[in-house]
Amino acid sequence: MDYTIFILALPLMSFLLLALAGMKMSHKMAGTIGTLSLGTVTALSYITAFKFFGAERIDGVLPTSTPWNFLWLPFTESLHIDMGIFLDPISVMMLVVISTVSLMVHIYSFGYMKGEKGFQRYYAFLSLFTFSMLGLVVATNIFQMYVFWELVGVSSYLLIGFYYTKPEAIAASKKAFIVTRFADLGFLIGILIYGYYMQTFTFTPSEEQLMKAGMVLPWALGLMFIGGAGKSAMFPLHIWLPDAMEGPTPVSALIHAATMVVAGVYLVARMFPLFIGFAPNTLHIVAYVGVFTAFYAASVACAQSDIKRVLAFSTISQIGFMMVALGVCTATNPHEGGLGYMASMFHLFTHAMFKALLFLGAGCVIHAVHSNEMSAMGGLRKYMPITHITFLIACLAISGIPPFSGFFSKDEILTACFSFSPVIGWMMTIIAGMTSFYMFRVYYGIFWGKTNENYEHHIPHESPIAMTLPLMILAGITVVAGFIPFGHFVSSNSEIYDIHLDTQVAVTSIIVAVLSICLATWMYARPTQPVADMLQKKFSCLHRAAYKRFYMDELWLFVTKKVIFRCISTPLAWFDRHVIDQFMNFMAWATNAAGETAQPIQSGKIQSYTMWFLGGIITLTVILLLH
Amino acid sequence: MEIEIHVIHYLIISTVMMFCGIYGFFTRKNLLALLISAELMLNATNINFAVFNRYLFPDQLEGHFFSLFGIAIAAAETAVAIAIIINVYRNINKVLTDDISELKN
Amino acid sequence: MSLFEIAFYVVAICIIVFSVMAVTTSSILRSATYLLFVLLSTGGVYAILGYTFLSAVQLMVYAGGIIVLYVFSILLTRSSGTMKYRVGKGKMTSVLITTIVGMALVMFILTTNNFAHNIIPQGIELPVKQIGHALIGTEKYQFVLPFEVLSVLLLASMIGSIMIARRKR
Repeated sequence: MDYTIFILALPLMSFLLLALAGMKMSHKMAGTIGTLSLGTVTALSYITAFKFFGAERIDGVLPTSTPWNFLWLPFTESLHIDMGIFLDPISVMMLVVISTVSLMVHIYSFGYMKGEKGFQRYYAFLSLFTFSMLGLVVATNIFQMYVFWELVGVSSYLLIGFYYTKPEAIAASKKAFIVTRFADLGFLIGILIYGYYMQTFTFTPSEEQLMKAGMVLPWALGLMFIGGAGKSAMFPLHIWLPDAMEGPTPVSALIHAATMVVAGVYLVARMFPLFIGFAPNTLHIVAYVGVFTAFYAASVACAQSDIKRVLAFSTISQIGFMMVALGVCTATNPHEGGLGYMASMFHLFTHAMFKALLFLGAGCVIHAVHSNEMSAMGGLRKYMPITHITFLIACLAISGIPPFSGFFSKDEILTACFSFSPVIGWMMTIIAGMTSFYMFRVYYGIFWGKTNENYEHHIPHESPIAMTLPLMILAGITVVAGFIPFGHFVSSNSEIYDIHLDTQVAVTSIIVAVLSICLATWMYARPTQPVADMLQKKFSCLHRAAYKRFYMDELWLFVTKKVIFRCISTPLAWFDRHVIDQFMNFMAWATNAAGETAQPIQSGKIQSYTMWFLGGIITLTVILLLH
Repeated sequence: MEIEIHVIHYLIISTVMMFCGIYGFFTRKNLLALLISAELMLNATNINFAVFNRYLFPDQLEGHFFSLFGIAIAAAETAVAIAIIINVYRNINKVLTDDISELKN
Repeated sequence: MSLFEIAFYVVAICIIVFSVMAVTTSSILRSATYLLFVLLSTGGVYAILGYTFLSAVQLMVYAGGIIVLYVFSILLTRSSGTMKYRVGKGKMTSVLITTIVGMALVMFILTTNNFAHNIIPQGIELPVKQIGHALIGTEKYQFVLPFEVLSVLLLASMIGSIMIARRKR
């Protein structure tokens, strides 16, 4: 499998080419280079996946392999940082997901970004992002993962701030970078603790070290989870993701819906054996954080008016689902409490497809009406049939209606939750219901309801084929993906696990979803929305709070500006200015004063110099004589 | 034929000459007078070299040659110094040390 | 008292008197003349020591060459007038103290050093042939390398002084 190096090398080369020579190229040329290299990468990823999953099982387990591994930075015999490619079920699955979505986004961007200034730069950053994300998932050790993790953060920063003349975009990119960087501090500390106590950066430390580490490992894993929570927008570090929607919509689809934001989930899944074996309580904290985030984001999503914000909160909520699924695992055997692992990965896979589809569909809509606000939309189904159908498919999938893919993965998650604790199971079911409610609220807001009067000036039209083709492909995947025997490929102990639906859970979740959809239809499908308006008036306080995201941003601002700046930074600044600076000033003043004092001696008169010289000689001679 | 002059006598005259040179170097202000004082000091050291060579190693020639080369170097030094003094005088019309302060500041 | 001793004391008195006068006289031209006398007497000292070649070099180079250079430059720079500058009282005292203390110190060291009581052995002349061999030879205790280096140095200083003293363009 030596060719796997090209999966990393091609996007890197296309990034370098586009970044260095992009300005000399035409838009078409630049886009073609990026898309072609990504197409090759996709093909290679699929070949890898076929080879990997088609390989003969040894003891019922797919053989993992490390086709490339360079020793990069050795510290001790066992502790060294490597750069390489590691193939196991989840990394190969992620390769497929990333390359597919990235390819779709590359094609889609041909239409969406047409004629934009900085088109080449956009494709260069896309390549950079794809390279870093692929490097992250195939990392052979935690440190390589961290390196690419930061690279992903940088490319996300660059792409959010793509419209660098817009102040909101700049602010959003900074916010995203600072918040994730802040979280990555936890990740880094976790890695360092891990490396110190395990004496290795690989994912499989020796038993002896594990025994020795004792209580340290849960802490290290918990700190790593903080990094994952930052990247995956878990409460309370989620604040950057809604703002990140300032970037171009395809970027939101690729980075902030399908791939980068699930890096945290991937990290927890990667460390899963350690979590389950040595830190089950930390894993359950992950579950509780996930539940709360899912609920919080779902309730905020119900009140947002900007469709991309709704999708962003929906993403946060769905990542919460994945985290919960991982967190409720109690064993590695999928039949006895390890189901969540498979469910989480499955949901990651299906969610990447239908959420990318939702974002790309939203991009088509925004492209057509030139606004993100739902008030500028309505009744678009007549104008944009393809977008409408594919968006509907994605909404059904995320709501968990069979036979779309979301149903299967969500059902597995709910089953896993119920087997862990009925409370969490019911909560997740309710959140799933909320999901279908707000998704259909958006759906009806865009495509049904009253036809917006602005259309008379500017008739919305269906997007070009470059944009609708990815929609159709992704819709096709969304329809059939649920029937993939996912448990055969990925499961918590790598053995074959047959997905079987728990009838009780499935029926409950379908009923809840259908009821929510009916509620949304009743409230939002008609041209006027008396019920919704009435509710909004009656619970105006609650609505405003939800619209303002329950004041989380304000809370963070309060914490940073009022608490940290005032109570910590101000005294520190005072200390810096009045103690450290003054000490330095004193040193400078003393030097200067010494110089001023010594200056007259440097008269420039050779005679006085020789006099001092001779005086010195005489003094020395006298001293030596008296000695 | 033996001569009865103690070595200290030679050294005393060279010492006197040396300190006369030092005194002149400190008190004079004319550059040429300074140079004259420097010549006195050089001569004193040359005498010492010759005397000690004769006194300690009469069969060898190191001190002798040191004085010889010292004379030659003194000649070179004087030539260069006088050239500089003449040039300075030509440029600023002065040969007194107190007046030559262009390079300060 | 032998003839050599008489000659030595005459020369010694000459050196001391003229050295003092050379640094105390107020006319620079006189100062140069006293220097000439000192240099001549130094040549005499070398001769008394038996280094007649060195003595001849001293007379030719110093007394014949350098003094002429001095006299010319004194006349060229119009500094032949009086040298009665006011030297500050403080400076004068410090100079006198430094000089006298230094001289006393050296004298003290010389007199207490207990030189062997015998004296400069003989007034035998150093043969010029030996000097010539030593100056051109390349073996141990022979001096061709410093000789050549010195010749280069002289050449360099000659060119240098011409360059410096030359009128600018």
